[in-house]
Amino acid sequence: MWQKFGPVVTIVLAIFVLWYVMAVVMNTNWAYDKAKRADVELGFSELVADTWSQKKPRLPAPHQVVVELWNTTVMKAITSKRSLVFHAWITLSSTLMGFAMGTVLGILLAIGIVHNKAMNLSVMPWVIASQTIPILAIAPMIIVVLNAVGISGLVPKSVISMYLSFFPIVVGMVKGLRAPDAMQMDQMRTWNASKWTTLWALRWPSSVPYLFPSLKIGVAAALVGAIVAELPTGAVRGLGARLLAGSYYGQTIQIWSALLMAATLAASLVMILGRIEKYTLRKMGQSQGATR
Amino acid sequence: MSQPTVIEAKNLSLTFETNDGPVQALQGIDLTIKKGEFVSFIGPSGCGKTTFLRVMADLETPTGGEISVNGMTPEEARMKRAYGYVFQAAGLYPWRTIAGNIRLPLEIMGYSKAEQATRVKEVLELVHLDGVENKFPWQLSGGMQQRASIARALSFDADLLLMDEPFGALDEIVRDHLNEQLLELWAATNKTICFVTHSIPEAVYLSTKIVVMSPRPGRIIDIIESSLPKERPLDIRESAEFLDIAHRVREGLRAGHGDD
Repeated sequence: MWQKFGPVVTIVLAIFVLWYVMAVVMNTNWAYDKAKRADVELGFSELVADTWSQKKPRLPAPHQVVVELWNTTVMKAITSKRSLVFHAWITLSSTLMGFAMGTVLGILLAIGIVHNKAMNLSVMPWVIASQTIPILAIAPMIIVVLNAVGISGLVPKSVISMYLSFFPIVVGMVKGLRAPDAMQMDQMRTWNASKWTTLWALRWPSSVPYLFPSLKIGVAAALVGAIVAELPTGAVRGLGARLLAGSYYGQTIQIWSALLMAATLAASLVMILGRIEKYTLRKMGQSQGATR
Repeated sequence: MSQPTVIEAKNLSLTFETNDGPVQALQGIDLTIKKGEFVSFIGPSGCGKTTFLRVMADLETPTGGEISVNGMTPEEARMKRAYGYVFQAAGLYPWRTIAGNIRLPLEIMGYSKAEQATRVKEVLELVHLDGVENKFPWQLSGGMQQRASIARALSFDADLLLMDEPFGALDEIVRDHLNEQLLELWAATNKTICFVTHSIPEAVYLSTKIVVMSPRPGRIIDIIESSLPKERPLDIRESAEFLDIAHRVREGLRAGHGDD
């Protein structure tokens, strides 16, 4: 038990300790300010108590965030606009849609790049260039352009998620689809197998170990995309909107709880993919090979 | 021999263009192989034995001369799936079971499900691998994997078997055993076998015809028709006749080396 969870628990505890200490350090000025105006002398324990319980602290203490999380998830109906679950779902739905589109686009591009010399030479540089453009710059443009042609709501946000998530999938899948060695390709040739037969019987199964790590990176990128898409567009729903609203009104506790929610969401998505990966590789008789 | 001709090469040559200039991999190859023969190609690395096999399989294109496989060009023969090719490594797909691997060419060639099942069973018995159908390749020893890959090459109707040092990576004992089984299999199926090897005893033990090759440029030094009987117990390798043939092969290899 300790072997497995010990290191994780240790690190988490260390983070909490650091967090509490930093909360004291960062919120001290405001605590003294308040004390001065009220004409009270602050002892050390009162100072600490104050820094850990301010309404709009620079850095909220962990328990404040936990309380906020509890109040905005368990204690609110999920249909309420104040429910973090509601906002998380908004972001998650566009994440998943964008991730699905990005996966399909990434795989199709990779298949094209592997099979077509012209695509190999022409598409890859553009794929790489697409990722050098700051997403914050291009996100509002995508939303405006799509809005102009009458598409709004979920789709534009998903497109931004897709934009971020297709890249790792293209890169991983190009490598994966090229994983079969010369001998395996010759073997297919001796059977007079068509390109498409070679794709489904050899290239595709060979690429699976490359696909899953790409998917994990892709899904996390899709979530970032969805949140970023909510920032510059004046969205009122979603985790990005919560972050933005929080920063407008100095609601640091709200920002931190939205951040933690986003992190939890990303971790869960990656974990789910990890499970599917394990199951798939076992089905394909590969994980036993590795642990033989 | 009145058997039909399977392979016929006339003045065949192949030059690879490399960064260091052209490399003459094959030069002036003349060879005729009849149906049912077991032909070994032996020679040092770079003598073109594998290249010649790959030309037969249409994996390389010759740059001069003529070659026919079953009376067709190698490409037509490949399109008609006229041969099974066994590579140096077993090359089984790790995500398919043994039966799944053997079934693969049958699936590609569009055999019916029932036909696939019977053929898989047949060839597994032929290579003495019955019972491991549902195992994954990593659960089998190297020798068993190579047998499975031979079974895969036998599973469809090709009467020509091209083998590129199939037992090169296996140890001596396993190799002896597989050589014996290969002869058995050859007798049972009456296929034509072209077999590339580094080993003189292996070549002499298996073949009805031994083609001795030499490098730079790759060419044929000697073609030896074996006088050994078709029935060959392992201890035939101690007979005087066997040693005579082995000696001639060795002489040929030495002569080929004398050139550089």
